Amino acid sequence: MNNYPIVEMDHVSFKYEKETVVQDVSLTIDQGQFLGLVGPNGSGKSTLIKLMLGLEKQTKGKIRLFGQPIKQFKDWKEIGFVSQKANSFNSGFPATVLEVVKAGLVSKIGTFKFFNKKHKEKALSALKTVGMEAYAHSNIGDLSGGQQQRVFIARALVSDPSLLILDEPTVGVDSKHVTEFYNLLGRLNKEEGITLLMVTHDIGTITDHATHVICMNKTVHFHGASEEYDEFNEQDLNRLYGHSVQQLTHNHDHHEVYHND
Amino acid sequence: MIESFFQYEFLQNAAITGILIGLIAPLLGVFIVVRRLSLIADALSHITLTGIAASLLLEKRVTAVQDWNPVYMGMVFSVAGAILIERLRKLYKHYEELAIPIILSGGIGLGVILISLADGFNTDLFSYLFGSVTAVDRASMWTVLSITVAVIVIVILFYKELFVLSFDEEHAATSGVNARWIHLLFIVMVALVIASSMQVVGILLVSALMTLPVAAALRLSKSFKQTIGLSIAFGETSVLVGLFSSYHLSVPPGGTIVMTAILLLIMTILYKKMSQQLWIKGEAS
Ligand SMILES: Nc1ncnc2c1ncn2[C@@H]1O[C@H](COP(=O)(O)OP(=O)(O)OP(=O)(O)O)[C@@H](O)[C@H]1O
Ligand SMILES: [Mg+2]
Repeated sequence: MNNYPIVEMDHVSFKYEKETVVQDVSLTIDQGQFLGLVGPNGSGKSTLIKLMLGLEKQTKGKIRLFGQPIKQFKDWKEIGFVSQKANSFNSGFPATVLEVVKAGLVSKIGTFKFFNKKHKEKALSALKTVGMEAYAHSNIGDLSGGQQQRVFIARALVSDPSLLILDEPTVGVDSKHVTEFYNLLGRLNKEEGITLLMVTHDIGTITDHATHVICMNKTVHFHGASEEYDEFNEQDLNRLYGHSVQQLTHNHDHHEVYHND
Repeated sequence: MIESFFQYEFLQNAAITGILIGLIAPLLGVFIVVRRLSLIADALSHITLTGIAASLLLEKRVTAVQDWNPVYMGMVFSVAGAILIERLRKLYKHYEELAIPIILSGGIGLGVILISLADGFNTDLFSYLFGSVTAVDRASMWTVLSITVAVIVIVILFYKELFVLSFDEEHAATSGVNARWIHLLFIVMVALVIASSMQVVGILLVSALMTLPVAAALRLSKSFKQTIGLSIAFGETSVLVGLFSSYHLSVPPGGTIVMTAILLLIMTILYKKMSQQLWIKGEAS
C-alpha cells in the first residue's frame, strides 16, 4: 500500500470566464474510500472532477494525483472515468460496443502498440461485469441510454484502474440495474480495493453505500464519514440548497432530496 | 484503356496515382466524417488552389521557376492552411467550425487575385479544377506514392489514438492521448492527401472523394473497421470506373469519379431500404 493520498486538492479555486464555480476547496481522497459527492445543480461537482482530471486548469491552488502534481501525472491507466456527458457522443458513430470498450485500454497499451486478442478478451469480460456482453457486436448508437451508460462503465473498468470516478453514472439506468450497479461498486471497493468517487443526486442511496460523503456548493460544506452525514441535519441542507428541502422516505427505505421553491 | 495503359506513360501515372488516392482519401475521410468536419476538406482544397495560382503566377513572372510543378506549391499552401485551421480552432474554442469558412473564403479571395494577375484562366487551371488524366507526371506520381506510404504507416501506428479522439475527446484526454499533436499530424496528412488527389479529381471535387465513399459505407457498416474497409472499397471503385470512363468519354475524371461515387451511394441507400423492407416482411410472415 502506498502512503500518499490518491487525490489531494489544496486550496483549489476555479472560474469559467468571470464567475467563480469552485472556491477554495481542500480535500484528500485516501486509498480504499468510497466517496459520494453531492450538491445541488450547478454547485460545481462536475467542474471539481474536471479539475481533478486536468480537463480544466485551476485558477488557484494545487492538485496532486497519486502523489504527483497533476501536470506531471502520466499514469492514466490507474484512473477510470465516466463523464456526465458520456452519452452525448455522435449517435451515428460507426463503432461497435466492443470497439468502444477496447478504447478504454488505450492508456494501458501505450503508444506504438496495437490491440491484440488479449485486449479483446479483457473488453469482453468488462462487458460481462456490467451485463452487456450480449451486445458486444452491436452498434453503440443503437443501444438505449441506460445500456450505453453501462457500456461506458465497462470502458472505465477495463484498464483495471485503482481510482474510479463516476459523474452521475446511474442516470437513465433502471432500478434493477442500479441495485446491481451499487452491488458491483461495493464489490470493486471491498474486494479489489478500488477507490471510488461518485457524483449523485440520490443522497439516500449513496449514504447507504459510500464510506464517505462530500457535500458541496462552490465550497465544501461537509466532508466526513457517511454515518456523520446522516446527522448533517435538515437545516444544513436547507441552507446549502438555498431553499426548503424535504427528506422523502420511500417505501424501500430510499431517500431523495426534494426541492420546494 | 488496358492496351494504352502499357503504351502511354501518362496513363500509367494517372492510373497508379488514382489507385493510391482511392485508398488514402477515403481512409482519412472516415475520421473527418465521423468528427463532422467534412467541410475541412473543402477549405483545404480551396487553399490548395491558391497555391496553384501563386505558382502559375510565379511561373509567368519569374523565369527561374519555369519548371516547378504547381502541385508542390499547392501542397505548401494546403499544409499552411491546415496549421492555420488548427490554430483558429483553438482560438474559437466554442465555434470550432468557424475556422473552416475563414480559411475557405481567404483561400478563394487570394486565389482570385492571383489568378487574374496571372492573366486569368487557362487550360492548365481548368485541369486543376476538374482533374485530368494527362496532367500527372512521373515525379508527382512518386510523390503521391511516398505520401500514401507515410499516411498508411501513421494511421496504423496511431489507430487507437485517432479512434479515441474521434469518438470522445474528453476520454482521449483522460487516456493520456496528446490531442494537440495528433490533431496536427492528422490535419497535415489531410492537407497532403488533398493536394495529391487534386491532380486526378480536381480541386472542386477532392472533398467528394473523401466523403462520398464514407457516406455510402456508413449506411452498411456496424463497426469502425468495417467502415474503413468499405469506404476504401467504394473509393477505389469510384476512381477506377471514373478514370476508365473519363478516358473513353474524353471528359475530366473529376466528373466521372464523383458521379460513380454518387451512384454507389444511391445504390447503398436503395440496398439498405430494400433489405429493411424484406426484413420487416420476413418478420410479419
Ligand atoms: N463549460 C462551461 N463554461 C462556462 N460555465 C460553465 C461550464 N460548465 C459549467 N459551467 C458553470 O459552472 C457551474 C457549475 O457547473 P457544474 O457542471 O460543475 O455543476 P454540477 O454540480 O455538476 O451540476 P449538475 O448537478 O447539474 O451536474 C454552473 O453554474 C455552470 O453554469
Ligand atoms: Mg454535473
